[in-house]
Amino acid sequence: MMAGVALVSDQGVRLGEAREPGEEPLNIRGLTVSYGQVPAVYSIDFSVKSGSLMGIVGPNGAGKSTVLKAAMGILPLISGQVTFFGKPLKEARHRVAYVPQRASVDWDFPATVYDVVLMGLYPSLGLLRRVSKADKAKVAESLAKVGMQDFVDRQIGQLSGGQQQRVFLARSLVQQADVFLLDEPFAGVDAATETAIMGVLKGLQEDGKTIISVHHDLSTVSTYFDHLFLLNRKAVAYGPVAEVFTKENLSIAYGGKLAAAQLDTMGL
Amino acid sequence: MGSEFVALGLTPVLISAFAGMACALPGNFLVLRKQALIGDAISHVVLPGIVVAYLLTGQVSTWPMMLGAAGAAVISVVLIEMIRRLGRIEYGAAMGVIFTTMFAAGVLLLEQSDTSRVHLDVEHALFGNLETLIWLQSDGWGSLLDPLSLAQLPPQFFRMVIAFFVISAFTYIFWRPLVLISFDEAYARTIGTQATVVGFLLVVLAAMAAVAAFDAVGSIIVIAMILCPPATARLLTNDIKTQVFLSLILALGATLIGYVVAGYLPLWLGYSNTLSAAGMIATVSGLLLASSAIYGRHRKRVI
Amino acid sequence: MLWAALSLSLGYNATLVTLGASLLGAAAGMAGTFLYLRKNALISDAISHATLPGLGFAFLVAFGFGIDGRQLLILLSGSALSAALGLYFVNWLTRETRLTQDTAIGCVLSVFFAFGVVLLTIIQVIPAGRKAGLESFLLGSTAGMLYSDALLILILSIITALVLFVFLRPIKLVVFDQGYSETLGISVRRVDFIILMVTLAVTVLGMKIVGLILIVALLIIPAVSARFWSERTNIILVTATLFGALSGYIGSAISAVSPGLPTGPIIVLCCFGLFLFSFLFAPKRGVLAVALDHYRFQKAVHLTQGLLSMAAAQPIYEPKTQRLLRRLGYIRADGVATETGKSLAAKTLLNEKRWSYWQEILKESDQLDGQAVFNLMDIETKLTPDQIKSIDQGLALKQGERM
Repeated sequence: MMAGVALVSDQGVRLGEAREPGEEPLNIRGLTVSYGQVPAVYSIDFSVKSGSLMGIVGPNGAGKSTVLKAAMGILPLISGQVTFFGKPLKEARHRVAYVPQRASVDWDFPATVYDVVLMGLYPSLGLLRRVSKADKAKVAESLAKVGMQDFVDRQIGQLSGGQQQRVFLARSLVQQADVFLLDEPFAGVDAATETAIMGVLKGLQEDGKTIISVHHDLSTVSTYFDHLFLLNRKAVAYGPVAEVFTKENLSIAYGGKLAAAQLDTMGL
Repeated sequence: MGSEFVALGLTPVLISAFAGMACALPGNFLVLRKQALIGDAISHVVLPGIVVAYLLTGQVSTWPMMLGAAGAAVISVVLIEMIRRLGRIEYGAAMGVIFTTMFAAGVLLLEQSDTSRVHLDVEHALFGNLETLIWLQSDGWGSLLDPLSLAQLPPQFFRMVIAFFVISAFTYIFWRPLVLISFDEAYARTIGTQATVVGFLLVVLAAMAAVAAFDAVGSIIVIAMILCPPATARLLTNDIKTQVFLSLILALGATLIGYVVAGYLPLWLGYSNTLSAAGMIATVSGLLLASSAIYGRHRKRVI
Repeated sequence: MLWAALSLSLGYNATLVTLGASLLGAAAGMAGTFLYLRKNALISDAISHATLPGLGFAFLVAFGFGIDGRQLLILLSGSALSAALGLYFVNWLTRETRLTQDTAIGCVLSVFFAFGVVLLTIIQVIPAGRKAGLESFLLGSTAGMLYSDALLILILSIITALVLFVFLRPIKLVVFDQGYSETLGISVRRVDFIILMVTLAVTVLGMKIVGLILIVALLIIPAVSARFWSERTNIILVTATLFGALSGYIGSAISAVSPGLPTGPIIVLCCFGLFLFSFLFAPKRGVLAVALDHYRFQKAVHLTQGLLSMAAAQPIYEPKTQRLLRRLGYIRADGVATETGKSLAAKTLLNEKRWSYWQEILKESDQLDGQAVFNLMDIETKLTPDQIKSIDQGLALKQGERM
């Protein structure tokens, strides 16, 4: 019987076996999320090694943002388990920072850059504790890291798209987390911002942090990231870029839609 | 003028001022969260709430009716949220379904119940009875220092003041989460804020303001005061603390001007009747909004 | 008695009111559908509250000219004008300032209404105003309605319904696909304007019957209820029109035979009855259907994932999956697979492989088009035996290559 043979020989061809929930910064098993009856992502397994800079890549509607939102508890799960450092999000919240899509908020909100970055400190400030000098220094330091130190008192609506994205990044930096989840940080930002953000992310990596970022520009994948998670509603592959970023995997993820010419420009 | 004003005018002015400020405070966050019409919904369902309370207790007494109104407000908010999520209906439409139905049920119950004996009618619900809230025991400004006559102030006064301070205290304590869920609710959840709980707290505060104000000043002023002062302040500043502060001042200003215009303008013009004070206060708050929409420094969208 | 009302044999006025209310309900259902589909439902609330100052003003002006201000046509014109002004302010605030539409609606409706109340206090001191009965416009009242009033409402309702019918096509196009209709040269602004004007007409007409506060219900509830029954604009439109007409018809008939029951609230509660029924029981979009589908879907996902793990001899971590498998007898209490479980796991794995292979074929020929087919269904029920045979051959070939 064919099925009998398959039982032994065909497990984990592309994905490696599902791991025990270890100490990885992020481990996801059997994740299914759906809007209505259509799964946005189906039965996803993947984990991230500590200290990696991982891109989540896939075609439009592949469920990249969905994976992050589900991991952060913003979307309800149909099935699956998510652990950060071996613990559920509730117990590991202080070690996790999330940078939502810039377009997800109304920037015409009566707040300054300082106010927004300070939000990252709310968990440690609690309801009523006064903002100390040390807290202010943390905000200033984060803003300096993203090159926005001169904009502290600027109304957020007056910022350019790239500047808004940097403010969001600064807000996550003050959380002093160990793993960072970024949703499309390069969407609609200028080249200078893209370089600046990438610099910050590499710096975080050097400090031993783990970064996971949704990304859609295939041409920069190999320069930006060292690990990759390729996704099209189902997990296609994950691991070091050199192993995952192959013609075969891309054609599985993107189907016939990824033109040969495009693949050439990526050196594949 | 002094003693007459203290007896007849002072309490209505103070009550409506505290009512206006109590409504404006949560209104700031409702405006920012694009939930402005929750105020509209709440002020409509207060009517069925008090009717049901009356039918259950059989008497017109304050506390059961306040509880009834507050209960109706909370029920309506829960129902709106429920049919919105379960039925996947847009927010505005979900509100439209619930508050009109509850209002209709309230009117029906009201017409069915024997209301000829009691002072419980639609007009009262809409317009309040501001003009009857007088302080007869007073004897000029000196009465403000006399504990005995202070105790004779209309009970609505104490209720409104307490409501205002309770709402202020909650706003102060929950300031950070309130700002956070108004700006970026998804992020708020990721850093552990109980966004649903805080969002519900906000609506409960608005309902509390509405119910306390309703008995004294009627429901039309409630929705005007929840929305107009915050909206006006929104056009005058880009800082949320300033906005909230300004909205309180504007609520106070609208009350004073509105009350004076309604009460004294016709007299000065030689007519003997006064106008609806509640209506005039709301009208003035609208005029303030109109002028800030034309002249406000920050009236335009920045992006 | 109720039958007499339903069969329209309770005399002229009652009949006209019933007909008027049904037509009004139909027009409101139609207009409301367009408002709802344009995500603009609560604008009707602003329109209705903004009629009050016009009502008072019309009365005062008529009084000034020595005309009996209670004439319905005069009152309705005044209401229409001030509602239009309110509508203008809502648009102006939304367009010219940073305020969002919901705030603009709330501010305009409360301020206009409040100003209307101020005017009413003026009217009450005028001797003629005492018996003006303007309050009846707040909650609607068909008692004491004149024959001419009822006739006027009937005629205007017919005109409104006709206007909607004439412009049905462009309106439907804009609602369905704004971009496409623009390429056809249809002005979206003009269509929105028509929708709002019809809404305004319905609101003003409805005031005498259901009152200016409750007319909002007729504009929103039938449309929202109809949405549960279909995804197609045409069907939603027809359903909403029917729901609106039915509510008007039954509601006014009930209130005609029981004078204690006010017309407006009864009509609104009829609407809500239809809503509740749709909300709960509509197939596909109704709450019960959605909950059942969700439960089934979740179960299928857990079952498939669990069985696939069993097939791959991997441990199952998720408690929910474990419970499900245990309850169905696929694993024993200690987590070891039973015989039934094993054979089903093998079957599920085969199903999964067949689907994956099929998807690859579709993908290569570019027929999949991003819409991944998911492997929860039994492939043998979805594809022909021939297709499955070819899949199995393909799979066997691949197996051979790898060896």
